[in-house]
Amino acid sequence: MTEFTPLLSLAGGGLIGVAAVLMMALHGRIMGLSGIVAGTVLPKAGDWAWRGAFLLGAVLAPAVLSRLWPVGFDNTVPRLWLVIGGLIVGMGVTFGAGCTSGHGICGNARLQPRSIAATVTFMITAGLTVFVIRHVIGGL
Amino acid sequence: MRMISALLIGMVFGAGIAVSGMINPAKVLNFFDVVGTWDPSLALVMVGALIVVSIGYRIVLRRDGPLWGARFQLPVRRDIDLRLIAGAAMFGIGWGIAGFCPGAAIPALGLGHADTLIFIVAMIAGILLARILSRG
Repeated sequence: MTEFTPLLSLAGGGLIGVAAVLMMALHGRIMGLSGIVAGTVLPKAGDWAWRGAFLLGAVLAPAVLSRLWPVGFDNTVPRLWLVIGGLIVGMGVTFGAGCTSGHGICGNARLQPRSIAATVTFMITAGLTVFVIRHVIGGL
Repeated sequence: MRMISALLIGMVFGAGIAVSGMINPAKVLNFFDVVGTWDPSLALVMVGALIVVSIGYRIVLRRDGPLWGARFQLPVRRDIDLRLIAGAAMFGIGWGIAGFCPGAAIPALGLGHADTLIFIVAMIAGILLARILSRG
């Protein structure tokens, strides 16, 4: 069980949105995490540093915040399945050209047909996957 | 300046992921478990972000370009092809298995759990594998 946190989730979502708007206003870029990670691992010339700095900030903030305020984290998925899930996520976001941030937030906010189609698709398959794991096979 | 700005934007993003609860994979999996231990929080994360970005982009994209750089770099493709849908379907399956998406896993690294690192290493391997397969 996790507690329903409407106000914190809405506020956190708002902060994520502020970051996406600033990324466009200042750097002219879509804030898509799978693209930023891929561009950091496989850099093009002269285009690495802003991605690295962004990712560093994204890791630092929760590291600091979690010392001042209780940040919930609970993983029950066995490590073998984290590896399998990670591989599938990595391949999926590469073929699908984005994930929850790039398609789900930035693309949908601009009503891009590709992002809407991708978001509907990954929400459905994620829901079906959780249903099958938890209610058909009874957990991993 | 650009580096400091990117670092600060990353911090705002990471704080948002932490405050919203998306940093917690159990919370994400419970969002998808509508018939079980349903936690609708993630819907509000999306609502909060979409409200800000819909309005914010409208204002920002009216300008000629970003503060740094000549123009806004926006995706130009509008066609929905099999590769997009198959990739998105795969991403959803992996997300449903692990409870991590890329944007939640990176900030979760800051909480210092080895599980997060294991997921991220596998995810990067998946990105590299897909790149290799795409070239073949």
